[in-house]
Amino acid sequence: MSLFDYTLKELQEKLHNKEITVSDLVEASYNRINEVDDEIQAFLTLNEEEAKQQAKQLDEQLGSDASILYGVPIGIKDNIVTKGLRTTAASQILENLNDPLYDATVIEKLKDEKTVTIGKLNMDEFAMGSTNENSGFKKVRNPWNTDYVPGGSSGGSAAAVAAGEVFFSLGSDTGGSIRQPASFCGVVGLKPTYGLVSRFGLIAFASSLDQIGPITRTVEDNAHLLQAIVGHDKMDSTSANVEIPQYADAFKQDVKGLRIAVPKEYLAEGVDPEVKEAVLAALKQYEELGATWEEVSLPHSKYAVAAYYLLSSSEASANLARFDGVRYGVRTEKRVDMLDMFKQSRAEGFGDEVKRRIMLGTFALSSGYYDAYYKKAQKVRTLIKNDFEKIFEDYDVVIGPTSPTTAYKIGEKIDDPLTMYVDDILTIPVNLAGVPGISVPCGFSKEGLPIGLQIIGKHFDESTVYRVAYAFEQATDHHKKRPTLGGDK
Amino acid sequence: MADISKEQVKHVANLARLAITDEEVERMTKQLADIINYAELLNELDTDNVKPTTHVLDLKNVMRKDEPREWISKEDALKNAPDQKDGQFRVPSILE
Repeated sequence: MSLFDYTLKELQEKLHNKEITVSDLVEASYNRINEVDDEIQAFLTLNEEEAKQQAKQLDEQLGSDASILYGVPIGIKDNIVTKGLRTTAASQILENLNDPLYDATVIEKLKDEKTVTIGKLNMDEFAMGSTNENSGFKKVRNPWNTDYVPGGSSGGSAAAVAAGEVFFSLGSDTGGSIRQPASFCGVVGLKPTYGLVSRFGLIAFASSLDQIGPITRTVEDNAHLLQAIVGHDKMDSTSANVEIPQYADAFKQDVKGLRIAVPKEYLAEGVDPEVKEAVLAALKQYEELGATWEEVSLPHSKYAVAAYYLLSSSEASANLARFDGVRYGVRTEKRVDMLDMFKQSRAEGFGDEVKRRIMLGTFALSSGYYDAYYKKAQKVRTLIKNDFEKIFEDYDVVIGPTSPTTAYKIGEKIDDPLTMYVDDILTIPVNLAGVPGISVPCGFSKEGLPIGLQIIGKHFDESTVYRVAYAFEQATDHHKKRPTLGGDK
Repeated sequence: MADISKEQVKHVANLARLAITDEEVERMTKQLADIINYAELLNELDTDNVKPTTHVLDLKNVMRKDEPREWISKEDALKNAPDQKDGQFRVPSILE
C-alpha cells in the first residue's frame, strides 16, 4: 500500500505518532515519479532539492498544532506562478522562465499550511485543450491505459494524483479543465464558484471564467485542500468577499430529502451508453440514500459551447497580448525590427491551438464583428446563467455526467478542433454560470476507463456539493480502485 | 453562412501580432470559417432584450488605495528579460 492511499487525517496521525516523517512522504513522491513518470509524463519541472530540504525542516518543526496539510506532497499546474520555480504554462514562449518573481496567492496560502511542492504539472498550452496533446513539451498519458489521453487541460494534475506521484494537486478550470481530466483519470476534481479562489498569479486564459481548484483521491481531502486556498484577496479585483464555511462540516449531514435535478440535455444523444448507465446507477444510489431526483431542462445548453469559444477566445486574445518577447519569455533569434520581433516571437512561441484561439478571439473583437459575435455570446451567457438560477429555485444540486464519453485514444481527436470543443458541452455551462461543480468517480467502462459523475451547486454552496459527493463516495468503492503501473502488481 | 477570406485572416493575424505563413493562412481560413459557422447557431436566439453578462458576480468597480509598497526590484524585474542594457529592457530599434 502506498502512503498516498491514506487520507489526510490518517497521514497526520501517522506523522504525529512518528510512524512516518515528512521526508518519507516526499521520498515516496519522488520514488514514484522515478518509477512511473517516463510513462505518464505528468511533470514538466521538479523541485526535488528544495522539497527534500523543506521536508527535513518540517520534520524538525512538527508541532501539535500543525495544519492537516502539514508536510503533504502537492503538485502544481504549470500555469500557477511559483517564485523561483520554473513556470511555463506548457508553452515554448515561456520555456526559459526559470526564475519567476512572485508566488500566486494560492501558493502563499499553501506555504502557510506547510504543504511541500513536488513540481510543476504538464497541461495543454495556456490551458487551451481537453487532451494534453496541446502541451508545448510532451503529452501526458492516462494512468489507467497509457494509449489514452488523461483529459485536459489539467491532465498532468489529474494523472499525477491518479498515478500516486503526489498526494494531491492544484489545477485550473475555464471550461472543464479540472472536472474533465478528473473524470478521465478517476479522481476527484472541483471547480469552485467563480471568485472563491484568488486568480492572482494564475496565468490568465479567460479571466471571467478561470478558477483554480483542488484535485484529490477523496472528497473529504478535496474539501481540506479547498479550505486552504479560498478567501478574499485584494490582489484580485474579481475575488469575492464572502463568509467562508468550514467545508468539513458538510460531511456530518446525510442527503435525506435532498432534491436533485437531472437535465435531460445531459443524458441526451451523444452521451455514451456506458456513461449514461453509470450516471443512472448513481441516481439510483441517491434514491437509496433518501434523496429524490427529477428530470429538468436547461434549454440553452446547446448554445453553451459556441458562446464559450467566442468569449474565452476573445478574453484569451487580450490576455495573451502580454507575451511579446520584451520583458520575459522567449524572443525570436531572427534579426528583425520591433513589430516583426513581436510577430515572430509569438509565431515561434505559441502552438497551433493557442494561435487558433487568439485568431478567433481577435476576429470576434474586431471592428464590425464585435456586436455579432462577442456581445451576442455575452447575452447568451446571461440566458445560460438564468437557466441554472431557475433550476436552483427548486433543487439543491444538478447532476449529470462530467463528460459524454470516457477518455479518447491519443491522436483520435487532435485533427478536428470543433468536435473536441463540442465534447466539453457538459462542463462549459458551469463556467459560464459561475457555479461550482465537482467530478467524482462513478464507475468504469468495459475497457477499464473511469467514468465521472458531475455534481453542480449554487453559487458559493460548495458545502452542499461536497455533502452530495461524499454521500455517494461513502456508499460506493469506485474511488478505491487504482491503476496498474510500472512495477505495480 | 459566414464567409472568411484569406485577406481577412491575414488582417486578423496582423491585429493579433502573429507572423503567419501561407500554409497557415490556408488552414486557418478553413478552421476559423468552421468555428464561426458553428457559432452562427447563436442567431437562433432572440436576445434583443437580454442584458449581456460580462461577469457572473454582481461586482461593481473594485478599488483599493493607491499606496506604494514593496514589490519587485528593478534588478529582479530585469532578470528574466531576453535582452537588457543599463537597467532597462532592450528592444530592436524603432527609429532609423
